[in-house]
Amino acid sequence: MELAKQNTQIVTPDSYMQELTTLNLGPTHPATHGIFQNILQMDGEKIVSGVPTIGYIHRAFEKIAERRNFYQITPLTDRMNYCSSPINNMGWWMTVEKLLGVTVPKRAEYIRVIVMELARIADHLICNSILGVDTGAFTGFLYVFQEREKIYEIYEEICGARLTTNMGRVGGMERDLSPVAIQKIRDFLRDFPKVMTEFETLFNRNRIFIDRVENVGPITAERALNYGFTGPNLRAAGVDYDVRVMNPYSSYQDFDFEIPVGTKGDTYDRFMVRNEEIWQSLRIIQQAMDNLPEGPFHADAPEFYLPPKQDVYRNMEALIYHFKIVMGEIDAPVGEVYHSVEGGNGELGFYLVSDGGRTPYRLHFRRPCFIYYQAYPEMVVGTQLSDAIVILSSMNVIAGELDA
Amino acid sequence: MAELTNELLVQTLQEKFGDQLFDMHEPYGLVTVTTTRENIIPMLQALYDDAFLQFQFLTTLCGIHYPDSKGQELGVIYHLHSLVHNVRLRIKIFFSEDDAVVPTATNLYQTANWMERETFDFYGIRFEGHPNLIRILNVEEMEAFPMRKEFPLEDQTREDKINTFFGR
Repeated sequence: MELAKQNTQIVTPDSYMQELTTLNLGPTHPATHGIFQNILQMDGEKIVSGVPTIGYIHRAFEKIAERRNFYQITPLTDRMNYCSSPINNMGWWMTVEKLLGVTVPKRAEYIRVIVMELARIADHLICNSILGVDTGAFTGFLYVFQEREKIYEIYEEICGARLTTNMGRVGGMERDLSPVAIQKIRDFLRDFPKVMTEFETLFNRNRIFIDRVENVGPITAERALNYGFTGPNLRAAGVDYDVRVMNPYSSYQDFDFEIPVGTKGDTYDRFMVRNEEIWQSLRIIQQAMDNLPEGPFHADAPEFYLPPKQDVYRNMEALIYHFKIVMGEIDAPVGEVYHSVEGGNGELGFYLVSDGGRTPYRLHFRRPCFIYYQAYPEMVVGTQLSDAIVILSSMNVIAGELDA
Repeated sequence: MAELTNELLVQTLQEKFGDQLFDMHEPYGLVTVTTTRENIIPMLQALYDDAFLQFQFLTTLCGIHYPDSKGQELGVIYHLHSLVHNVRLRIKIFFSEDDAVVPTATNLYQTANWMERETFDFYGIRFEGHPNLIRILNVEEMEAFPMRKEFPLEDQTREDKINTFFGR
């Protein structure tokens, strides 16, 4: 079926002659996993056209960011793709470091890679297990959520928070990996493959599952690129574009991993690509843990990195820098910088324009969800309602990132 | 095929669109050019069709507001990516607030559809020829364009909320 040629126009003057049903899928619907609405025109069970309405949880992050100094913007990035907030945090810090010209030590970069890959695993686990739930298989979801909980415990050990992590600082991490955190990551690396194998055994060659997802919502590589797809959804269509490899950041060039690609870009390919990426992320974490370099966990950048609290009480310079950083008295260089990281859903970009003040003059987030969700009407036209649900959850649209 | 570097890109751009470009520089390793509103779509088209450059991926498109530069208050910034060469390019256009109309890029890039709607929503830049230019994230009844600088988040001169220590 050639979706590209489908017309996504919704109501035509004679549409009442075709006896179409209008169905509001959302704004709150258990299967949309977030607040967004789709007004579908249905011919029986078949979808004739769909119009998405978004913006239900728009929080004006770009505007708020114009009045906050760099430290206060990380909590905003947390709340974009809240399934993998550490990636957003690190992406933001790397943007700021690029602007300020701070070099991050190797150990901090490796810790960041570990955290980011854990976040990617958590993100993909949610997407794939929820896809299972939407096709009627609840078991896999329960299996892997146990492991996702362990990832959250690792976050907790590293930064103290679980969902909205607000992790890291300009120039590195706020603290080193504790022995408990290292032990927890090692335990996770030991236990997780078993669970993941179990999960894959449940789904990958399951006839019922494959019947529900194969050839559902396919998109060609050309259309996907034209729609600005990135991340697993683009790779499922057969394009091996991955920011980690194309523009390596945070020492990704040190690691040996593969980029899985699909062929058809359908729901099954998206599911399989995410599964394989989980294995590759595990490989990266394993390598990073094995080769974790010694050394400082943050850059020597006293103007931007908060000094340790005990120094603030005893050391004059530390007190001055603490005061200046917290009050936002330190000016950033004038310039504009674009930095992108491979987020859970694709290329997460930060375009930061600085006019030299304490806050960004303009901060634009390239949110992968927002960009590829506009292909959703084209992908659902001609399918059935139950397929529309499956396509939506296989695209991994996160409402927080969609609306920013 | 030769490798496309930033120097080669700058040289090629100058050969192709020499008189249409001004203010060409390279902040943080990303070639940035400014052009005019009239030239932007032919330029995007030429970059898209060029057999060597192949700038066929629109990474992002966003608006910007400089209320102090008279006659050129509003701007649109395009980030292009040549996936074949892995080279990025930033193109900017600036125009007056009173005449905030820009030709649409949706004929080239499907993805520009929502990006342009978002830019319209927040900056009031109208994209001529856009198939469905309505607000996307804000409510349709809204009259203002909230990302413009004339809408500060918090009024600095408020007197009911004196906070000497934090300066806001």
